[in-house]
Amino acid sequence: MRILRAIFGHTSGRIGGIIVMLYLVIALLGLMGFTPHDPLMQNRLDRLHSPTITYWMGTDLFGRDVASRLMRGVGQSFTVAFLSVAFASLAGTVLGLAAAWFGHRMDGIIMRLMDVLLAFPAILLALLVVAIVGPGTWTSIVAIGIVYTPIFTRVVRGPALSLKARDFVDAARTFGSSRTYILTRHLLLNLVAPLTVQITLALAWALLTEAGLSFLGLGTQPPASSLGLMLSDSRNLMETAPWLLIFPGLAIMVSILGFNLLGDALRDILDPRMRRSNP
Amino acid sequence: MSPFLSVRDLRVGFGRDPEINPVVRGVSFDVAAGETLAIVGESGSGKSVTVLSINRLVDFGGGRIVSGSIKLTRADNSILDLTAATELQLTKVRGAEIGMIFQEPMTSLNPVLSIGSQIEESFRLHRGLTGKQAHAAAKDALDRVRIPDALRRLNYYPNQLSGGMLQRVMIATALACNSRLLIADEPTTALDVTVQAQIMALLAELKRETGMSMIFITHDIGLVAGIADRVMVMQNGLAVEQGELNQILDRPQHPYTQHLLHAVPHFASGQAARTDGKRSSEAAPAVPALRVDGLTVRFPVTSGIFRRPAGAVHAVEGVDFDLMPGETLAIVGESGSGKSTTARAILGLTKSTRGTFSAITQETSARRSQRPVQMVFQNPYASLNPRLSVESILAEPVIAAGGRLDGRTRERMSMLIERVGLPINSLDRYPHEFSGGQRQRLCIARALMLNPAVVVLDEAVSALDVSVQAKVLELLVDLQREFNLAYLFISHDMAVVERIAHRIAVMYAGQIVEIGRAAAVLANPQHSYTQRLIAAVPTVSRRKEHFELDTRQVPSLVRRLGFEPGPADWTHFGADHKARAEAPTHLQTAG
Repeated sequence: MRILRAIFGHTSGRIGGIIVMLYLVIALLGLMGFTPHDPLMQNRLDRLHSPTITYWMGTDLFGRDVASRLMRGVGQSFTVAFLSVAFASLAGTVLGLAAAWFGHRMDGIIMRLMDVLLAFPAILLALLVVAIVGPGTWTSIVAIGIVYTPIFTRVVRGPALSLKARDFVDAARTFGSSRTYILTRHLLLNLVAPLTVQITLALAWALLTEAGLSFLGLGTQPPASSLGLMLSDSRNLMETAPWLLIFPGLAIMVSILGFNLLGDALRDILDPRMRRSNP
Repeated sequence: MSPFLSVRDLRVGFGRDPEINPVVRGVSFDVAAGETLAIVGESGSGKSVTVLSINRLVDFGGGRIVSGSIKLTRADNSILDLTAATELQLTKVRGAEIGMIFQEPMTSLNPVLSIGSQIEESFRLHRGLTGKQAHAAAKDALDRVRIPDALRRLNYYPNQLSGGMLQRVMIATALACNSRLLIADEPTTALDVTVQAQIMALLAELKRETGMSMIFITHDIGLVAGIADRVMVMQNGLAVEQGELNQILDRPQHPYTQHLLHAVPHFASGQAARTDGKRSSEAAPAVPALRVDGLTVRFPVTSGIFRRPAGAVHAVEGVDFDLMPGETLAIVGESGSGKSTTARAILGLTKSTRGTFSAITQETSARRSQRPVQMVFQNPYASLNPRLSVESILAEPVIAAGGRLDGRTRERMSMLIERVGLPINSLDRYPHEFSGGQRQRLCIARALMLNPAVVVLDEAVSALDVSVQAKVLELLVDLQREFNLAYLFISHDMAVVERIAHRIAVMYAGQIVEIGRAAAVLANPQHSYTQRLIAAVPTVSRRKEHFELDTRQVPSLVRRLGFEPGPADWTHFGADHKARAEAPTHLQTAG
């Protein structure tokens, strides 16, 4: 609760926090089916309708309600982003801790592997994974997860190395504390702050990568909707029905802005140097 | 004659509203030409901020001079008020007229530039020297601070020189332009005692040669006796007392000065050594709490691209001693002598190459744990996990030993918390809510959770302020009597060692060179290194004493592969006092 208050006391944290919460509500409503219309129902009489009271954001080529599809799309995109970041942060934390703790050869192997992954541009690497396994929601979750794992590995390994050399870890060794205890209470607990910041920022990147994959037709498959897929479907109709492009585009942009603002705010709030001045 | 530097009613504040957060609250003092003023105070007393205001470096740390004046008589006899000077004027004053040296020589020099080019920079900026001229001037500067082989050393990088050498380089840089005022902010705190004595001697000699004024900041009132003409004592941003050296040391008026002089351990050449030791020849030979036999720690050195073993660093070589219950053995020596490595090896934090150590469990009193040796670390800020509550911190050793956080554990926690003098509501607080001294008390409580037989105290009071230090030492002695603890007390501070040790082992280059009863070793040192160490300890009674400038370095501990030192040859002096016979290559006597 203290952290929530701190976020809302921070200017960009307040804006980012409100945006992210708004998106979470939309995503939940979209996933649970509380949309103005059925996002899959095709209404041939109302094809390419411009925005009206009935269709807030107009309709697409098949007469489907854009607002409803957008809500479902946000839900879909967020699901993929959250699951892939969960995958990346979990895998990255385990790998980073292992690299830092065991050092030597283990460190070398893990970090060189991560360097190889980092050498590819994110979207290219995701494409590679999808190309091997085949398109689909779960594939894109795994692909995006793999793409962002190296970043978490690095974020964890650095501080873990320095924590490992701290006196309290030496002290724990003299008590005979178990490895699990030292790794969880002394290392992981002190990594919560950098991990939180990284997770927030990675969510923004993951959203963008998911949109990219879907845009290329390798992520979410029609007739389901996702923000990237909606953009992709609308690109031939840019001149006749610009609303098809504008709303999903805006949705992507604002969500990424929200996560970035929130991430920056968290970085400020969780920085111990900032905390000491106002406890 | 008007004073060379005159500070009047200086007030300095920090933060958004410097008038509300004053750190220096109205300090006035004068420094005459050629005079040395020592500013003494504990951390947070505002002594550093005061001098940083003189060359206005305080501006870069977020401080602001709220009121007051700092009048400096410049080389051309004009008077400049430094509080009102422009940045351009200040750039000319800094370095040229006011030189400064800092506490940490390791971090004050740029690691990617050779020391030669860093000294030359000063000549370039202030005297416009370039090329060969600057190079020659830099060599002269190094000669002046008595760095042997100066021409070759100019090409060295900071990591190739020891702390004492680097501090000399800093002094050379600060004096490059014949500055008439040198500000020394705790210049020897990070150095070993013997090196400290060398630097102090150097400063005194340079002062005589150049006739410069000096402001010397220290927390160690023993150190000022050797160098200061006048002393100013600071507390909470105020100058509580100032005056002539002898007047302050012999007839302190202010209670805080008296406290600094009396509550704080001062070295007394063995006269203040503890007399409650139980070890006596008549008593039945007791079972030692810890017996160390031939402990050796070597770190391999490899060379070439195939990393073939080329030799080894003999960090600890054949150390043996016994530690009786209820007894303190102090291990003294300078950094790199292997004293901390010895402790770490005993605790299993560093793998020992050879030798045995056995902590013998006593069946007599309360149950002793399976981990009879516990440790208290030097830095109380680094040895407690900031994310755990005090309760979790104290519970850790119990959980590690297979116990759990039950009623009995909680009872012991409360007992120990109270016993080490912390408030009883400490248990659900976090480390950052405690001061350095309180944290060290927490560390002590944690070490006692498992009821150990031996506690290793690795520089356990070195990071604390002097008056806090005295209280923690008292606590340690009380706890020792109450729980019959054996202490292995590792320290470089002879005054502290004198207060707590029953026996002293002096380590030099990885070996114990002298060991025995504290009073005997301190009053009558036999090994030349021990003598050197004791001669270097600053004390209030040694006023303006002339130190021999001694530039010897610790010998390298790297030995070729398969090197085995010969057996130790001990000379006995009295019942419990022996020293190692000196190999001619190890140490030459001075002169």
